[in-house]
Amino acid sequence: MANLPKNLQELQEEIEGHARSFGLDFFPVIFELLDYRGLNQVAAFGGFPTRYPHWRFGMEYEYLQKSYSYGLSKIYEMVINNDPCYAYLLECNQIVDQKLVMAHVYAHCDFFKNNLAFSKTNRKMMDVMANHATRIRRYMDSHGVEAAENFVDGCLSLENLIDPHSPFIVRERARDREGAEDEKPAIRRMKSKSYMNDFINPPEFIEAHRKKLEEEARRKKRFPETPQRDVLKFLIEHSPLENWQRDVLSIVREEAYYFAPQAQTKIMNEGWATYWHSKLMTEKVLTDAEIIDYADHHSGTLGGRSGRLNPYKLGVELYRNIEERWNKGRFGKEFDDCEDLVERARWDRRTGLGREKIFEVRRHCTDVTFIDNYLTEDFCREHKLFIYDFNPKTGMYQISDRDFRKVKQRLLFQLTNFGQPFIYVVDGNFRNKGELLLQHKFEGAELKHDYARDTLRNIQRIWGRPVNLETQVDEKARRISFDGEEFEAKDISDKVA
Amino acid sequence: MILRIEQDHNRFKQIIRGRIKKELKKYISSGELIGRRGKDYISIPLPQIRIPQFIYGPKQTGGVGQGEGAIGTVLGAGEVEGGKREAGNQPGEHLLEVDLSLDELAEMLGEELELPEIRPKGRKNIMSAKDRYTGISRYGPETLRHFKRTYKETLKRSISTGTYRSDHPVLIPIRADKRYRSWKSAVMPQANAVIIYMMDVSGSMGEEQKEIVRIESFWIDTWLRHHYKGVEIRYIIHDAEAREVDRDTFYHTRESGGTVISAAYRLCSRIMETDYPPEEWNIYCLHFSDGDNWSQGDTEECITLLKSQVLPRVNLFCYGQVESPYGTGQFLVDLKEACADDERIALSKIENKDGIYQSIKEFLGRGR
Repeated sequence: MANLPKNLQELQEEIEGHARSFGLDFFPVIFELLDYRGLNQVAAFGGFPTRYPHWRFGMEYEYLQKSYSYGLSKIYEMVINNDPCYAYLLECNQIVDQKLVMAHVYAHCDFFKNNLAFSKTNRKMMDVMANHATRIRRYMDSHGVEAAENFVDGCLSLENLIDPHSPFIVRERARDREGAEDEKPAIRRMKSKSYMNDFINPPEFIEAHRKKLEEEARRKKRFPETPQRDVLKFLIEHSPLENWQRDVLSIVREEAYYFAPQAQTKIMNEGWATYWHSKLMTEKVLTDAEIIDYADHHSGTLGGRSGRLNPYKLGVELYRNIEERWNKGRFGKEFDDCEDLVERARWDRRTGLGREKIFEVRRHCTDVTFIDNYLTEDFCREHKLFIYDFNPKTGMYQISDRDFRKVKQRLLFQLTNFGQPFIYVVDGNFRNKGELLLQHKFEGAELKHDYARDTLRNIQRIWGRPVNLETQVDEKARRISFDGEEFEAKDISDKVA
Repeated sequence: MILRIEQDHNRFKQIIRGRIKKELKKYISSGELIGRRGKDYISIPLPQIRIPQFIYGPKQTGGVGQGEGAIGTVLGAGEVEGGKREAGNQPGEHLLEVDLSLDELAEMLGEELELPEIRPKGRKNIMSAKDRYTGISRYGPETLRHFKRTYKETLKRSISTGTYRSDHPVLIPIRADKRYRSWKSAVMPQANAVIIYMMDVSGSMGEEQKEIVRIESFWIDTWLRHHYKGVEIRYIIHDAEAREVDRDTFYHTRESGGTVISAAYRLCSRIMETDYPPEEWNIYCLHFSDGDNWSQGDTEECITLLKSQVLPRVNLFCYGQVESPYGTGQFLVDLKEACADDERIALSKIENKDGIYQSIKEFLGRGR
């Protein structure tokens, strides 16, 4: 707090007080005041003051910088999930904007601290990121910028191949089922009288045979035992990498896991922050003179081009909807079964559970469960949700349906795994030649094929041996293989069907 | 203060310019140099590199939206088949539309392509430009808001819409009422310049080829206007014959005849002769064709014309050869042979829209 000017410091104390009185619960928040270049830098680094050197951050910076200087967009708030929470204010913002940002930030911070998806994230990520930066810089010094950066590029190409649920589930059980194992294949013995046994079934032979069987059983054992979604982990553990490369890969993986919950809770998190900034601002913080500017900026946050779904808006409206429903008792069997529209519209049991309910929702849900549990038909109609599709005849995106079930299904599909395809490691010893076999769990949408091939190329560089991907190409099941030199696509439809 | 990000930023810019890490070049989504030009809106590209990952292909998924509209309402254009645009998962996501003045645009262009400043010849009427805060503008920073004017506008509006009440004269300005002080520069023509565009409109030049010419000439216009105040532009189209036309006709005519390039060069030199004495004018000639001239004999005549009539007068003569499925492209080869070492001539082959970038660089990279 030391580097904030006095007036902002006072504001912070005031807003923090209000936030606490509403029941928000957060890590200590440290605000830093930056000029727009500084803020763009931090934003390009994903909120952190230091990251490892990589052009991708430069790209992000260029984008922000250009957007800012042409007046397209400007970043209002930037906050990171860390204990203490760091948040950034843009120096040249008006006081009313600073208030808005602060209120918004406290709600984000409450969300980080309390939402379960974040419960396993590292709260000292600020330090971890700085360490990662140091390590990668060191590798650049010793192995060359180009070599290290190219390797990072390759790793980033795989950064979405993680298993976001794995921090919460024990995927690999300890091998405690020795006893329960299937009966071992028996060693063949010839029938013999006991005194002849050693001659007919010589012990050396039996021993050799037993060893052979064991070896076979070991080889048959699946590797990995079950399909593994954390492709990165599998590669880290089983690829023939140099130590520094292994370290880079694990850095990329660790950061991907850190950011994953933010992608899982985009709608909820932004909705929560918007809900609270609006509450804090309109009920407590605003002065009369600021109301117009506030309304202008608030509507800017919630607005957007017509036809587009704005996560801020969807989120905040859903929270408000939930609050109202639980305040009026519009939930449960009795309400669901009521088919009298007039009665439904007037329904008010004065249960007053709304506030409590939204706090509960923000603790337990991610976007998927948020939408799944709380997006109702009424809400969908009221907020005019629709689905759109690409029409190949006109080359345009067109509204295709307003049916509640379809809207919900589509929304859930987009949110599941953040709209990313599911890819599993199925076999690390494919064809018994140490090849890698990946499988794309097909759910109706094909991969971007050229990218899939190039990604495969990057995996091959890491794995060393040929790599294979089972997926769908042009509506046919295919196994795409890359052996380091050329691609081969094989029809495997009979096998899959 | 040097920011830590600068290193990453420079590296990114170098990748974009193709200096390092060429293998990433194919992931760059450049959009188009100019997407749409409305009244003042110009969409500028923000190049992005998307590292390959296992992701879903475009346009298979569609999405969820919010708002009015019956089923079938069009939301936006999708990815053009085989197009170069990076498809976002939302319609129209990738294009940024920016309100830019042409001068700013020219500066960007110069910076982006690292173009040298043009050194005009014949500094005839050099005048200085002075900025004075005498004007009023509808846009501006709040610090320059003109209170009185804004008040007047608000008053006007509220009286005319009938919301004004004399017993309670509260006025609330809206965006459109605001007036700002702005400067006016007194600028006088410095050095005169004329651009003469010539285009082959024979049957083999299709819509796509013309689109390329349109985009390229827009940027050249912009760049030259940035350097000269008061640029004149003349347009010549030719097939077997040449004639002077206005801008609109230039871009939209489609003829079907054969191609005799010398006709255009002859007309061009006649225009220069009558209207633009080279001592007073900076002359730029640009010729676009698919390079399929009628006969070798005519090509020879073209070269003679160029050497004797055109080149001595101009600052720069540019020939851009647009790739078309019909053209042989022989003309470029002949020109190159005849006068490649003349620094007044710039030759460029434009294979497709992506080639425009490089071509502009070749044309304007000489600083003439």
